[in-house]
Amino acid sequence: MGTRLSLQEFDQALAGWGAAGLTAIAPALMPRGGRFSDQEVVGYRPVTRLAEFVLDRKSFFSPKETLFPIRETLFRFRDGAAAEPAAAEGAADDRPRLIFLRPCDRQGFDRLDSIFLRNGPEPDPYYARRRERVKFALIECTAGFDSCFCVSMGTNRVAPEQYALAARFAADAVTLEIRDPELAPALAGLGAPAAFAPEFVRENRLQVRVPPAEQVTPELFADPLWREYSQRCIGCGRCNTSCVTCSCFNMQDVLYDAAGRLGERRRVWTGCHLDGFTAMAGGHEFRKECGDRMRFKTMHKINDFQRRFGQPMCVGCGRCEDVCPEYISFARCVNRLDEVIRKGRPDGESVSK
Amino acid sequence: MANPYQSEAARILAVRRETAVDRTFRIACALRPAPGQFVEVSLPGVGEAPISVSGLGDGWLELTLRKVGCLTGALFQLGVGDQLQVRGPYGHGWPLAAFAGKHLVVAAGGTGLAPVRMLIDRFAAEPAALAGFELLAGFKTPADLLFQEDLARWGRRLRVQATVDKGAPGWTGRVGLITALVPELALPAPAEAAVVVVGPPLMMKFTAVEFLRRGIPEENLWLSFERRMQCGLGKCGHCKIDATYVCLDGPVLNYTQAKRLLD
Repeated sequence: MGTRLSLQEFDQALAGWGAAGLTAIAPALMPRGGRFSDQEVVGYRPVTRLAEFVLDRKSFFSPKETLFPIRETLFRFRDGAAAEPAAAEGAADDRPRLIFLRPCDRQGFDRLDSIFLRNGPEPDPYYARRRERVKFALIECTAGFDSCFCVSMGTNRVAPEQYALAARFAADAVTLEIRDPELAPALAGLGAPAAFAPEFVRENRLQVRVPPAEQVTPELFADPLWREYSQRCIGCGRCNTSCVTCSCFNMQDVLYDAAGRLGERRRVWTGCHLDGFTAMAGGHEFRKECGDRMRFKTMHKINDFQRRFGQPMCVGCGRCEDVCPEYISFARCVNRLDEVIRKGRPDGESVSK
Repeated sequence: MANPYQSEAARILAVRRETAVDRTFRIACALRPAPGQFVEVSLPGVGEAPISVSGLGDGWLELTLRKVGCLTGALFQLGVGDQLQVRGPYGHGWPLAAFAGKHLVVAAGGTGLAPVRMLIDRFAAEPAALAGFELLAGFKTPADLLFQEDLARWGRRLRVQATVDKGAPGWTGRVGLITALVPELALPAPAEAAVVVVGPPLMMKFTAVEFLRRGIPEENLWLSFERRMQCGLGKCGHCKIDATYVCLDGPVLNYTQAKRLLD
């Protein structure tokens, strides 16, 4: 059972959740964030009114930075030792959030949970602290966009346990399914009962055949397929930063004063396409060719992660191909890999296309 | 929640010069790493890096560093009484139980000797636990020999062969790659031997191949991987190869797993 709200009533509900301490985060225009001067870009930021929501376009950035910021102070230090308990850091980010997102991005947070909460002996305390305070609001998504391939990745749907509320946004109304009782009081006296359960995308224009993990053999690592990407990929890492599931980071020590007594250790996003990702002091480095990095990322997203955590990492949001300055399509790359596996490759065949 | 990214201060107790670019730092530290495990060493304001533990004693441990980067450059400025920061230990070390009763061959290239030093010490003190024990150590030149006192001491308990890529006046030992020593090894029962290979990536690759040629079963061959790491906790993603996180599943890996880790 759901509740049908007028657009004004939805704003009142947002205000009610805000009064209860929840910061609503939704896809919205980020001023001056676009490719050209004075252009806007769609990303995730705090919102207070429905008018701020952008729902007719795919967001350029994913919502991952709400839980995994681009740059995050881990702790500060003074005279060579940690100066304050790290728990004090990021306290401003501890505010409870209600994140409006589509099924693919909700599944993306499942992948981030696997890395930050379940990989290794202990959860990442910074991610875990924010994660505990997040409620997910599902934006019903039934059509997707040009570069989406969520159906192929099985991420077009989410289970009811994965969201606190689901919302259908129509031109004149917003229909909600409230699953988390903490969200119900804000709706008191608003709207009318209506039958509602979220629908999901059934078919994307873009379809991807992910080869079964056991068919990805070591021989494929040397396939000429990857060489083309050495020619095309420029190693800018935009695919990594736009990906909701890319979670790699670098550590950075930053000093505040010239004497070097005060400073902080922070982590910042990085990505496997960037130069230096594997470089070690002394000069050893792996995957110097961009084609090797494309292979590494592809295997990781569809294969390696699956074998470690039981589900493919890629959620088919297609942002990596929306942002690639070289028009590299990840979906096409996976399909070509699958084609090589299914059809084999005659010796000496060229793959330039 | 305890914060796994925070380190403990550790005072430097002694610094020993190994070569022109290698030093062993003994630090006061309560951590009890197993042979082959590593720690994250940092200097606030400079950075943090994974370093294998080369020695362990009562209330101290040793780290053998080569001056090659930012952090090691800054560490080389430090002396007795100065402090650095340590957290760990991390990863899986050498499978000591799997070596018991076997003929153990350790092949180490350059600073690869550091992560096997505790392992060698362990069995040098207890030679009866093994059917046989030998060490092949390769260095670039005679001036690059690490742990010279240890090599001499170990030489009395096990068979030690050192080789250098390039000789120098006064060097009477072998000249040549470590791979050349493998075919000459007396291995009475290769199926009952265990082999440890640590060193630069190419050295490990070709030395492992030589041992396989000698009939060492893949499952008796062990390597230790070196990778860029930012956390040691399975989060930062840098050390991932295939479905393996070197910081969690390694750095010591069996060859049956290691051979699938392609870059």
